[in-house]
Amino acid sequence: MQLIAFYILSAIVVLSALFVISARNPVHSVLWLICAFFTSAGLLVLIGAEFLAMLLVVVYVGAVAVLFLFVVMMLDIDFAELKQGFTDYLVLGGIIAAALLAEIIIVASAVVSGGTFNPSPGAQTNADALSKVLYTDYLLLFQLAGVVLLIAMMGAIVLTLRSRPNVKRQNIARQTGRKRKDAVELKDVRPGQGI
Amino acid sequence: MALTLGHYLALSAALFTIGVFGIFVNRKNIIVILMAIELILLSVNINLVAFSVFNGDLQGQVFAMMVLTVAAAEAAVGLAILVVYFRNRGEIGVEDVNELRG
Repeated sequence: MQLIAFYILSAIVVLSALFVISARNPVHSVLWLICAFFTSAGLLVLIGAEFLAMLLVVVYVGAVAVLFLFVVMMLDIDFAELKQGFTDYLVLGGIIAAALLAEIIIVASAVVSGGTFNPSPGAQTNADALSKVLYTDYLLLFQLAGVVLLIAMMGAIVLTLRSRPNVKRQNIARQTGRKRKDAVELKDVRPGQGI
Repeated sequence: MALTLGHYLALSAALFTIGVFGIFVNRKNIIVILMAIELILLSVNINLVAFSVFNGDLQGQVFAMMVLTVAAAEAAVGLAILVVYFRNRGEIGVEDVNELRG
């Protein structure tokens, strides 16, 4: 039963990965990528790594794929032109890919041994076990991952932020630094005269 | 026949190869190249989790989380660079990127 599920899911993953790299329209590529990530989350559930599976769905489908979709739709590009050269590199790329696959299979077949099936040693659930390791032994690594994300966020903002002329922006320093005498001017208006 | 580590390693090898192949055949389309890199990182993740589960050691899953983090950061920064490049040039041809040299 488990094996049947594995074969179905992995066939879907491999097929959608093939569609990702061969789709004519990048929007379709992104949608196939989402499909591939969803099914690989299913594959991870199959061996009991539920937390990673949920993380895959949340991070990839929820954030990365949507980011890709936004960028693909925002950029106004003639994608047919970018598709040129697909067949030129097909043969060379195919040869290299086949060699790579053969190498990996040779190495992996030497390594593979039996191994026990144990998704969450010493705890009730996978998330429970993972949290016990993550917040004790790997606390620094966990914090460092947060720093990586922070720096990536700052980098993306710094790269894409631009100041255009003729666009009004809030200047908080100026706003809070304003004194009463800069803002209000008292005029002594005589009766019967304008200012 | 039960599910073994070999099944997952074979799947991950196939996925990795498809990712590398995708980089080769989509030489001009940087968006698809980025997606192919995501596929490669996904295969790495599957590999790490499979080893972790079948060896009964949770370290692999922790490292898979780190790979996930770096992949998300890489996608964000890569796409930001792409947006800036498109804003400057009006197209995203990969072959002209070397003009960005200072």
